[in-house]
Amino acid sequence: MTGADVVFGLLGLVTFAAAVLVVTARNVIHAALWLVVSLGGLAGCYLVLTAEFVAWVQVLIYIGAVVVLMLFGAMLTRAPIGRVQELDSANRPIAALAAVATAGVLGTLVVTAFKGAYVDIHHTGIGDGRALGGAIFRYFVLPFEVASVLLLAALVGAIVLTRREI
Amino acid sequence: MHLALAVVLSALLFGVGVYGVLARRNAVALLMAVELMLNAANLDLVAFDAYWRDRLHGGQVFALFLVVIAAAEVGVGLAIVLAVFRLRDTSDVDELTELAEHEPAQVADVTG
Repeated sequence: MTGADVVFGLLGLVTFAAAVLVVTARNVIHAALWLVVSLGGLAGCYLVLTAEFVAWVQVLIYIGAVVVLMLFGAMLTRAPIGRVQELDSANRPIAALAAVATAGVLGTLVVTAFKGAYVDIHHTGIGDGRALGGAIFRYFVLPFEVASVLLLAALVGAIVLTRREI
Repeated sequence: MHLALAVVLSALLFGVGVYGVLARRNAVALLMAVELMLNAANLDLVAFDAYWRDRLHGGQVFALFLVVIAAAEVGVGLAIVLAVFRLRDTSDVDELTELAEHEPAQVADVTG
């Protein structure tokens, strides 16, 4: 049990608790704000795992853009802003059962597979901007370009879908 | 640090996302749960990148691509939700039963 274990455990606890609140909050806006806490905790987890650049991208894109987009969506669809019961459907018990089963199967699988595995975070290459930039533009150029075309297609698709007359 | 911590947290987050997708009725809240599931996959990618000490940083690069795909998914998903809302005046996925083979009997009664 090292310091990294303790820090990761605490951040994971915050992340998990906030994630549970995201799916149980009675208010869409509160759920979006809890999503900020959850994604921020996950960015901290990435920092512990030496993935510095991914952590900052997580903060910029997820917390900065995706959550704001969610809030826009909640406002534009006139989602029930107040404290309402109708946010959850009638199949909550079955959903909880399926979720517990999924997490249980996945958890036991990965625990039995990687019980003694140890991440030596002091000897891994730090994933900072220099390392990841080199990796992307030397070895992953084609997927990078495909991702940019995908973003463009998504942009055009979103505009076409939301415009009233086309 | 132990790899089990990261992968167990990832499995738990995925389970929470599954619950959210199955239990939520509002389409925007449902998209938030999908985000949680995508982030669970992201955490696994980053953890295994550190575990295997990948010199090309394949795991972290793919985590970045996953962030890009999630952003595209949210953009198009919210556009579809908005289009459906404009057409049907609701973003409740339980009421969008046009494609169901049989009309579900007591779905609308929950609001009661």
